[in-house]
Amino acid sequence: MIRFEQVSVRYPGSSQAVLSGVDLDVPEGELVLVVGRTGSGKSTLLKAVNGLVPHFTGGLLTGRVTVDGRDTREHRPRDLADLVGYVGQDPISGFVTDTVEEELAYGMESLGIAPDVMRRRVEETLDVLGMASQRNRPLVNLSAGQQQRVAIGSVLTPHPRVLVFDEPTSALDPSAAEDVLALLQRLVHDLGVTVLMAEHRLERVVQYADRLVVVPGSGGPVVTGEPAELMVGAPVAPPVVELGRLAGWSPLPLSVRDARRRAGDLSSRLAAVLPRARAATVHGDVVAEVRKVVVRYDGRPVLRGIDLRLYAGEVVALMGRNGAGKSTLLAALVGLRVPHSGTVRVGAADPADPAGLASRELVRRVGMVPQEPGDLLYSDTVAEECRAADHDAGAVAGTALSVFDDLVPGVDPRTHPRDLSEGQRLSLALAVVLAGRPPVVLLDEPTRGLDYPGKERLGQVLRGLAGAGHAVLLATHDVELAATVTDRTVVLADGDVVSDGPSREVVMSSPAFAPQVAKILAPASWLTVAEVAHALRAG
Amino acid sequence: MKAAALPWHAVRLRHAVRLHSTRPLHPGAWWLWATGLATAASRTTNPLLLALVLVVAGYVVAARRTSAPWARAYGFYLRMGLVVIAIRVVFAALVGAPVPGSVLVTLPEAQLPEWAAGVRLGGEVTLEGVAGAVYAGLQLATMLACVGAANALANPRRMLRAVPGALYEVGVAVVVALSFSPQLVEGITRVRAARRLRGRPHRGIRGLRGVAMPVLEGALERSIDLAAAMDARGFGRGANTSVRAPSGVLTLAGLLGVCAGLYGLLDAGSPVALGLPLLLAGGVLAAVGLSVGGRRASRSRYRPDRWGAQEWTVASSGFAAAVAALLGAALAPASMHPSTSPLVVPALAVVPVLGVLVALLPAWAAPVPEPDQPDAPDAPGAPGANTHIAPRAGVAA
Repeated sequence: MIRFEQVSVRYPGSSQAVLSGVDLDVPEGELVLVVGRTGSGKSTLLKAVNGLVPHFTGGLLTGRVTVDGRDTREHRPRDLADLVGYVGQDPISGFVTDTVEEELAYGMESLGIAPDVMRRRVEETLDVLGMASQRNRPLVNLSAGQQQRVAIGSVLTPHPRVLVFDEPTSALDPSAAEDVLALLQRLVHDLGVTVLMAEHRLERVVQYADRLVVVPGSGGPVVTGEPAELMVGAPVAPPVVELGRLAGWSPLPLSVRDARRRAGDLSSRLAAVLPRARAATVHGDVVAEVRKVVVRYDGRPVLRGIDLRLYAGEVVALMGRNGAGKSTLLAALVGLRVPHSGTVRVGAADPADPAGLASRELVRRVGMVPQEPGDLLYSDTVAEECRAADHDAGAVAGTALSVFDDLVPGVDPRTHPRDLSEGQRLSLALAVVLAGRPPVVLLDEPTRGLDYPGKERLGQVLRGLAGAGHAVLLATHDVELAATVTDRTVVLADGDVVSDGPSREVVMSSPAFAPQVAKILAPASWLTVAEVAHALRAG
Repeated sequence: MKAAALPWHAVRLRHAVRLHSTRPLHPGAWWLWATGLATAASRTTNPLLLALVLVVAGYVVAARRTSAPWARAYGFYLRMGLVVIAIRVVFAALVGAPVPGSVLVTLPEAQLPEWAAGVRLGGEVTLEGVAGAVYAGLQLATMLACVGAANALANPRRMLRAVPGALYEVGVAVVVALSFSPQLVEGITRVRAARRLRGRPHRGIRGLRGVAMPVLEGALERSIDLAAAMDARGFGRGANTSVRAPSGVLTLAGLLGVCAGLYGLLDAGSPVALGLPLLLAGGVLAAVGLSVGGRRASRSRYRPDRWGAQEWTVASSGFAAAVAALLGAALAPASMHPSTSPLVVPALAVVPVLGVLVALLPAWAAPVPEPDQPDAPDAPGAPGANTHIAPRAGVAA
C-alpha cells in the first residue's frame, strides 16, 4: 500500500540528511508504529507519505514514495487527499471550520463528493466517534480528547485507505488516550484501513501494532519488523518490555495482560522481598500554600475550594483529566490567575500573594515552565538567553548557563534555542527559571514530546532539585513518570482534590493512574522496573 | 473504490430527522426582509410610521433570534441610531439655515465674516428646526436598526457559506480570519504570561513591544500549520485558473452596478433610471461573472441552506413593506413626509401601515431557533485549558 524506495530527505541549510536510504513496504490493512528518539525523523517519514515532504516543507527528497501506486513526485498532497488522511501533532491548528459537523464535512467538500453522500458519511462518522450529541459544538470548546477524535473523524469522512497520525495521544490523559486508540483499533479491524502512526508513549500503543518501524535518527538505516522481536534491542521501550527484558521472557510481552500471564514466576521470586520504599520524606518548611481557592471561568467553577501545601524538598505530581483544573491551579500559584476567593501564598520566610508581586520579585519565589517551554525563550542563542535570565532574576552572571550545562552537558552555547531538541529546550527553560533560585518550581506537562531516555534524564533532574531543597510540582498525564519520580501525588477531578497522598498509595489504588509494572505485579506494590531490578540483585 | 464496500451502512441515522425540523432560516431571507423594511423607512420621514418599523423589526428579532453573540446586534444598532439622532439635532441647533417658528431657546450667535453669509452659528433654536432634525435622524436610525435586525437574525458564517463558488477563496479567507482573532488573543495571553514568568514587564508599552514579536511568530507558525492541513485535505484540488480574470472583471463590474442601483433606489432624489434598471443590470452581470468563476472549482457543498416556503414568506413580507411604502409615497405624499414648518400632527395613511405590519409575519412564520446545547460534562470550565498555560490568565492578572 505504502512503498518507500531508497528515500532520502535533506532540508535546505542542513548538512545532514534527516532520512537516508529508507526502504519500506506497508501492506494494506496493517497498523504500523513508527518509533525513534526525538528528532530522529519520524515526522519527516510520516509527512513524506502524503507528499507534505517535500511539496510543502521544502527540502530535497530522492528516491520514490508511492501510495497505492501514486507517486508523490507527481501528486501533490491535495491530489492524495482522497487516499491518505493525515493528522498532525496539534489537531487544533489543523481545524479549518469551527463546528464539529462542518469540520467533518470539509475534506469531502474539497473533493467534490455529492451532498447526499456527504450527509450520510457525516452522520456515520459522528456515531463512529461517539460524538453525535456534540455535532453543533464549537471546536474550541471541546476537550483535548474530543478534539483529537474530531481531527481523526475529519480525515475519515473522505474514506481514505491510508491514515497517518503523528503522536495522536501524546497530549491526552490516560482515559482520553484509550478512547482514541480504541477508535483506531476499530478502524483497522472493521474497515481494513492501513494506519501509520508515530508515538512516544509506547506503553500505550505498542500492543496494538502489527509492525514496528524503528527510525534510528541521524540518517541511519530504518529497521522494520515484528514488535516483539524488535523491542528486544530497541533504544526506546515501555516499562512492560523492560520488565520482560529483565526477567528474560521470550518472546517479549507487549501488553500488560501478556506480561501478567508470564509473571507468576517473577512474582514468587519477589514475594520474599518488600519494595524498597523511598526514604520517607522529611517534611521541610512550607514554601507554598493554597487555601480554599475558588476560581471560576465564565461563571463556572474550575477550582472549588482547593487546599494544597508544598514542602521544601519534595516532588509532587498533579494529575487529573484534561480540563480538571491542573493548569488553572498552576496559574494561581504564579499569580497569573487571581482566585475569586481563598488565598495563595508563596515563599518560605515571608509568604506573599504571588498576584501582588512585581515580576522581578516573583521569579525569586516561584518559577514555572509552561507546557510550551519555547514560550519562555526569546533570544537567538543559548548563551544570550542565559545572560538575559541572570539579568532578569538579578542573579550572578553565569548562573543560568552553568545550570543548563549541568542539565544537558555539551551543548554549544551558540546554538539557537529553536534548534535544540525537545528535551534540551525544556532544560533551557528550566535553567532560565532556576536562575532566580525559586524555592518552588512548577512544570506543566513536561514530558510531552520527550522520549524515554529524555524522561529518565528529567526524572534525575527533578530529584536533584528536590535534593537541593526546592519544592517541585509537576502537572502531568504521565503515570510512569509520576510513579518513578514523585513523593506525593495529588489528583484533581472537576475542580476538587480527590486524592492527596504518597505516590505509591495513590497510583496503586487507581486503575487509571497505575503504572504498567504495578498492574503486572499487582497486588504487590512494585512501581518501576528499577525497583524490581534492585530487589532481584539484592535477593 | 474499495472503501465504498466497507460496512458503514451498519450505522443508523438517528439524528437526521430531528435536525430537519429545526433547520435555521437561510440568512439571505433575513437580509432580504431587512432590506425591504429599510427601503420602506427610506421612503418616509413620518415618525409614527418609522416607529412602527422599529417596533416590527424589534419584535421579530426578539421572537426569532438565537443566543449567539451576534444576536445582540439589534440593541447595539438601536443605540447607534440614538447617537445619530442626537448628532443631527445638535448640528441643526448650532449650524444650518434658520427655520422660522416658535423659539425654544436662544443661543449666543457668533458674528461671521461677509464671505460666510448664509451660514449661521448659534442663535435661535426653533421647535420646527429641532423637529425636522429629529424626523430626518429617525429615518436614518430606523434604516440602521433594520441592518441591525438582519445582523442579529442571520448567522454571519452561514451567510459566508452561501457565497457563490467563484468567491469561495475569499469566503475561506474570511472564515479563517474569524477564527484567527480569538487565537491571536490566546497567543497574546500566553506570551504575556510567559514574560511574567521570566520576570519581565508584561504590561504597558514596554510589555507590548516584547509581546508583539513572539505573538506574530506564533501566528505565522499557526497559519503554516493550517495551510499544510488544508493542502492535505484537498483544498484547491482540480482548480482551473484560466477563467479567473474574465470572471473577476464581470463580477466587479456587476457589483459596482448593483451598488449604484441600490443607491438610486434608496435615495429618493436621484433619477429613476439610476434605480431599478441599473440594479437589475448589475445583478445580471455579477451573476454571469460568478457562474463563470464558479465553474473553475470542483467542490461540493455540505448541507447548503435551502430556500423553501419559509424563506419565500419571510423575504416577501419585507418586500410587501417596501412596495406599500412606495405606493404610499405615490398616493399620499403628505402623510409620508409630514410638514415640520409649520409643525403639524403627522397623519398615517392606511396602505403603508398595513404593509409594514405584514413584515411582522416572520415572528411566526420563521422557524424557532434551537435552544443552545449545554456543554458536555467532560469539558468543565476552561476551554483551551489543555493547550497551553492559563487560558485568559493575563486578563485576570
